[in-house]
Amino acid sequence: MNKFYHILKTLFLFGWSLFVVFPFLWALTTSFKDANAITSGATYIPWVDYEPSTQGWTSLFTTGSQGINIVGPFIDSAAVTLIASLVSLALGTLAAYGLSRFEYRLGFVKNADITFFFISQRIMPPIVLAIPFFLMLKELGALDTIFGLVLVYVALLLPIAVWVMTDFFAGIPKELDEMAMTDGCSPIGAFFRVILPNSVPGLVVAGMFCLIFGWNDFFFAFTLTFTETQLLPVSIVSLNSSVTPWWSLSAFALISVAPLACVAVIVERYMSRGTMSGAIR
Amino acid sequence: MLQIDQLTTADPKVSLQDISFQFDAGNIYTILGRTGAGKTELLRALMGLNSLVKGDIQLDGQSIAKRPVKDRSMSLVYQQFINYPHLSVLDNVAFPLRRQGKKKSEAQLLAAKMLTTIGLGDFLQRRPAQLSGGQQQRVALARAMVKKSRILMLDEPLANLDYKLREQLREEFPRLVAGNDDSVILYTTTEPREAMELGNTMIVMTDGRIVASGPPADLFAHPPTKDAASVISDPPISFIAGFVRSGALYFGEDQLAPNNGLHLPPDGPVTIALRPDAIELGGAFNATIGLSEFSGSETIVHLDFDFGRAIMLVEGIETFEAGTHISVSIQAEHIMLFALDGQNITTRTK
Repeated sequence: MNKFYHILKTLFLFGWSLFVVFPFLWALTTSFKDANAITSGATYIPWVDYEPSTQGWTSLFTTGSQGINIVGPFIDSAAVTLIASLVSLALGTLAAYGLSRFEYRLGFVKNADITFFFISQRIMPPIVLAIPFFLMLKELGALDTIFGLVLVYVALLLPIAVWVMTDFFAGIPKELDEMAMTDGCSPIGAFFRVILPNSVPGLVVAGMFCLIFGWNDFFFAFTLTFTETQLLPVSIVSLNSSVTPWWSLSAFALISVAPLACVAVIVERYMSRGTMSGAIR
Repeated sequence: MLQIDQLTTADPKVSLQDISFQFDAGNIYTILGRTGAGKTELLRALMGLNSLVKGDIQLDGQSIAKRPVKDRSMSLVYQQFINYPHLSVLDNVAFPLRRQGKKKSEAQLLAAKMLTTIGLGDFLQRRPAQLSGGQQQRVALARAMVKKSRILMLDEPLANLDYKLREQLREEFPRLVAGNDDSVILYTTTEPREAMELGNTMIVMTDGRIVASGPPADLFAHPPTKDAASVISDPPISFIAGFVRSGALYFGEDQLAPNNGLHLPPDGPVTIALRPDAIELGGAFNATIGLSEFSGSETIVHLDFDFGRAIMLVEGIETFEAGTHISVSIQAEHIMLFALDGQNITTRTK
């Protein structure tokens, strides 16, 4: 029975892995094809099924009619996403810690209401926020700038950070903060010396969410920029012409996914590490 | 010396009610009380973790009631073995020393010394999660003691350990805390035996109040109130409504002539407290066995009398069938009398 279960489990995992990996394999092979290879049906093995071409990749680093240069948008996207994620994570973590440890009361507004207020920012459809954001950035002179996009993305990512971290801090016993204080820490010292080092899994999850949402956003990157600043999801649109360049789109898709995939692989180990085991019994 | 005056809190669970006490350095004070008596709240109030509504805390004549937690020279060991999971055992114990401004090497040296004293010298580089419950609690204890605080507080430190470990640590406790002559040690527990074994002075708490304090043997022999007697006694003491009439003590219809030096108060209602050793097999009182349970080398027998329920302790393992009728005697030298307001009114001729 155990052996049968083991085989079944292995088969399932193998099938699931194929299911997950297949789109990447498809994109990878497509990125090395030309127009002829693409229209000649499903082929997978270079030099056997089709003659590989680097056109799809070179077109992403060429300006003019041959393609677009995505280096600029890539750097802009990375800058906006990283800065906005870090700011959101920093502010969100502090806000979440406050909400999980102290009781706030302003009239009928209590901690749960404040937490909901943060999360409610994500309930609204983005289109509702587009015009206010546009007008605000215009007033600030921050339209079509990285600074403006960072501001907007912080507003969008902060609720995610607050939400994830509030939940995470709720799982850390308050006695740990108290212990740190009895051991000579100030309340803020207890946070930085004890709570934060034990919050790595939460920070990683919140950070990953922020990176994913920030990196993949198209709507605000599209509505709040024109010519000076262009993010990756917007520049992909400019690849479209009368003939869809599937090879370039595939290469582009792989480049877009690569940073997040790398980050996920690096931080995956921290998601399960640093649990509160051994903190309190 | 630690002095608390009229300590009052407004905690949602249990509030401290006007507690005043003086703790002298070099003593171990065991604070005994049932769950919800206010023991933990008292420690937390002293530590500054619970705010005071009223009262003052003085350490060596200086008020510390408004000082931040970190500046009170107090250590606290929680019931739940709290350790820092991200630090090694050595760094856990060195942590408070580092906060005191000691260099890392010095802090680690002192921490290693303390851990060796406490029997964890071989586990310095392990994480708390890699230790057993007893070892984790030792780490917490080492961390609390290494600071050399003026006040060392232990909040039911053995409560979460299994029986064997509890016995072992209880035996070792005096050795572990030896050398803390400048410190006041406060040790809370729900177990009378532990409180009596470990403390020089025992404090009994109920409902957020101190109801009795003194040397454990004296308190056990003469608890000042019914509440205190109830908390101190294990196995439980039984309280019977009785009365004194014409020089005899009545349990309902049954009467007990005063003997062995027990002086009876003037005629009127009293509460008679029967410790389990006040009842012996064979005698003039008839009872029905309700339940019998083994407790190591003794048998605890629950008896139903006409006048109420009481517990009898029988040496050795004896089997008693529930529902069986037996006759017992009540030893006057082991009973206590309480007035209706709960005050102990037992007097004996020495």
